[in-house]
Amino acid sequence: METVVFLICAAIVLAGAVGVIAFRNPVHNALSLVGTLFGVAVLFVAQEAHLLAAVQVIVYAGAIVILFLFVIMLLGVDRAESLRDEPLPFQRPLAILAGAATLGLLLVVLLWNDDPVTGAPALTAGFGDKPNVEALARVLFSDYVFAFEITALLLTIAVVGAVVLAKKPTPGSDLEAEDEAAREVKG
Amino acid sequence: MEVTTTWYLVLGAMLFSIGGTGLLIRRNPLVMFMCVELMLNAVNLTFVAFGRSLGDLGGQVSVFFVLVVAAAEVVVGLALIVAVLRRRPGATADDISVLKG
Repeated sequence: METVVFLICAAIVLAGAVGVIAFRNPVHNALSLVGTLFGVAVLFVAQEAHLLAAVQVIVYAGAIVILFLFVIMLLGVDRAESLRDEPLPFQRPLAILAGAATLGLLLVVLLWNDDPVTGAPALTAGFGDKPNVEALARVLFSDYVFAFEITALLLTIAVVGAVVLAKKPTPGSDLEAEDEAAREVKG
Repeated sequence: MEVTTTWYLVLGAMLFSIGGTGLLIRRNPLVMFMCVELMLNAVNLTFVAFGRSLGDLGGQVSVFFVLVVAAAEVVVGLALIVAVLRRRPGATADDISVLKG
């Protein structure tokens, strides 16, 4: 049963990933990304990471991809990117070569031995017999509570930063003068 | 046939390589960002696979933090892209080299 689930999800994940880099319209790229993220979420369920599967769907497929789509619509970058013109000659063949080399090295490392997992089983943070959400919550709010609080700070800073960066320059400010100068140079 | 940890790790390696290749091939900053998300997801998959194989919840906790950092990264990154593309519509990753002054 798990084999069937794995094979179907692996096909979805890889097809979505290829779609992300192969489609020329950014909206299609974003939709392919959704496919990949859902596939990964199902693979999380198959590995008994139920909370992460839910978070994956809500945060990634729900929030992050929607944010991508908002930006695509907001900027109107629906023009298809030409995959033909190359500012740097040989960049694309070299990139494919680099990707293939990365994959080859990883596969050698993974398949060289029978079992690539070489760590010791956990002594403290084991799965236990609790449900996944409860077990994860206990670890998160005891061992990792400071890191958890710092992520709250990180998210706040990110929101403030996004607002500052995306704000239109106020009239009379230095930023607006720079904008005008840039426009004149371009025009 | 039984699904072993190696299967998940191989899938993660393939996803990571595809994401890295896309990051190098594409020049639209938005699509490059999506490729970064692919690579993050590949790593998340290996975290969960290792965690399950070793019976360690730390793997899932790491994925949780990766998700938070990815969300913060996307928010700031997309704000930067909006700021750049508003001034120069249709800019690609190469055009951002004008920032070097």
